[in-house]
Amino acid sequence: MNHLAQIGSYFLMIREVFKKPTKWRIMKNLILKEIDELIYGSLGIIIFISFFIGAVVAIQTALNLTNPLIPRNLIGFATRQSVILEFAPTFVSIIMAGKVGSYITSSIGTMRVTEQIDALEVMGVNSLNYLVFPKIIAMLFYPFAIAISMYVGIFGGWLAGVFGGFLTSADFVTGLTLDFNPFHITYAFVKTLIFAFVIATVPSFHGFYMQGGALEVGKASTTAFVWTSVVIIILNYILTQLLLG
Amino acid sequence: MIEVDHISKSFGDSQVLKGVSATFETGKTNLIIGQSGSGKTVFLKCLLGLFVPEEGTISYDGKVYSELSGDEKRDLRQEMGMVFQGSALFDSMTVAGNVKFPLEMFTRQSPSEMQDRVDFVLKRVNLTDAHEKFPSEISGGMQKRVAIARAIVMNPKYLFCDEPNSGLDPKTAILIDNLIHEITMEYDITTVINTHDMNSVMEIGEKIVFLKDGLKEWEGTKDEIFKTDNQAVTNFVYSSELFKKVRQMYIEERH
Repeated sequence: MNHLAQIGSYFLMIREVFKKPTKWRIMKNLILKEIDELIYGSLGIIIFISFFIGAVVAIQTALNLTNPLIPRNLIGFATRQSVILEFAPTFVSIIMAGKVGSYITSSIGTMRVTEQIDALEVMGVNSLNYLVFPKIIAMLFYPFAIAISMYVGIFGGWLAGVFGGFLTSADFVTGLTLDFNPFHITYAFVKTLIFAFVIATVPSFHGFYMQGGALEVGKASTTAFVWTSVVIIILNYILTQLLLG
Repeated sequence: MIEVDHISKSFGDSQVLKGVSATFETGKTNLIIGQSGSGKTVFLKCLLGLFVPEEGTISYDGKVYSELSGDEKRDLRQEMGMVFQGSALFDSMTVAGNVKFPLEMFTRQSPSEMQDRVDFVLKRVNLTDAHEKFPSEISGGMQKRVAIARAIVMNPKYLFCDEPNSGLDPKTAILIDNLIHEITMEYDITTVINTHDMNSVMEIGEKIVFLKDGLKEWEGTKDEIFKTDNQAVTNFVYSSELFKKVRQMYIEERH
């Protein structure tokens, strides 16, 4: 029952976010700041993780190809499919739920604890629009980060596969282009956009409506990460069934 | 003038305010006093419109808050300034940025006009060389001054302060009290201060409302508080030996 009430509150919050917009002159700066914090500030970790996960996928595929009848270019194919379909959009989103989500919850939660949100409300500012809307807009740029993740992941797979002596560069490229379905890219970016909205709003909800002090800010960040991950995993299943099933 | 008529507010099963009525006059520093848990903060948040009372009305110069439309409520809120207990300055903005914030949000002033106004109010609160500092880089007393500057930058008709001198040393606390009192008289503002600092009561208590267990137990001026026979008020106000002696001396002087 409590969870149902929370879900209801979440959707009411979303409605408030789009009401009574803040002046564009101010909003523009807030959006640029959030792009810097949420997207640009996350590129380092996304590139680092993508590179090594792509490499590991290639190595593990190679080590499991013991049958000489299976062509080695399957390593490139498996790397491409894993990275584009699941790793970049879903796995990276869960990492972002931890990195970006905890930042969002703790920053908004701290503003709640220190009465900064009350100060906005007293001034007559729509605090939800002021705090959450720029994050939603900034996260529209998240697909660019995921595109980078896809490139770097596949590059990591190529590097590990070729320099690990598992296959030739030509085999890897052949595998990459094998049975390529462009809709998979559409599917990945549709997922990414929906996950971006979840990453911006679920942690905001937990930060905005938290009660208590510094300890509760930490607890809210953990809860936000758990719920963001759960929502991403469930939506991943639903979207996969709807778009590919 | 703010008139509060029999407001009640509950949270779950706990009734925090039980039909409180009070009048806060313009150009005066009105104090709400009471022990922790007496309902002071909830009362102040009802005055600010952050909490909606279940019963009763609050009117601001004749305008009943609950009868106003959304836009009218927003306009009214822009006539209010608030100094929070912890100052509630925006961490990501400089001192000047904090003070300028309401101007940027609600006025069409040019950048130079805004800068002039920011300079003026910061000078008014005796803070002239902290414009580019962040809240974390200044002392608690300076933060309170910035909060006051931010609260008055839009020329409010109503100023609310929640324990404005909590956490400050006695000397700085008196400076902050006097600053609020001066601003109240200078701009003819209706000021409501939530406090349990007895120095504030003695210094600037032109009108005092004493809350106890969600009820208005007593109201009067700082002079009347010396004479009152109300046991709850005397137990609260004269809980320290120093104030007991001060009261005794006052009564002896009067006789």
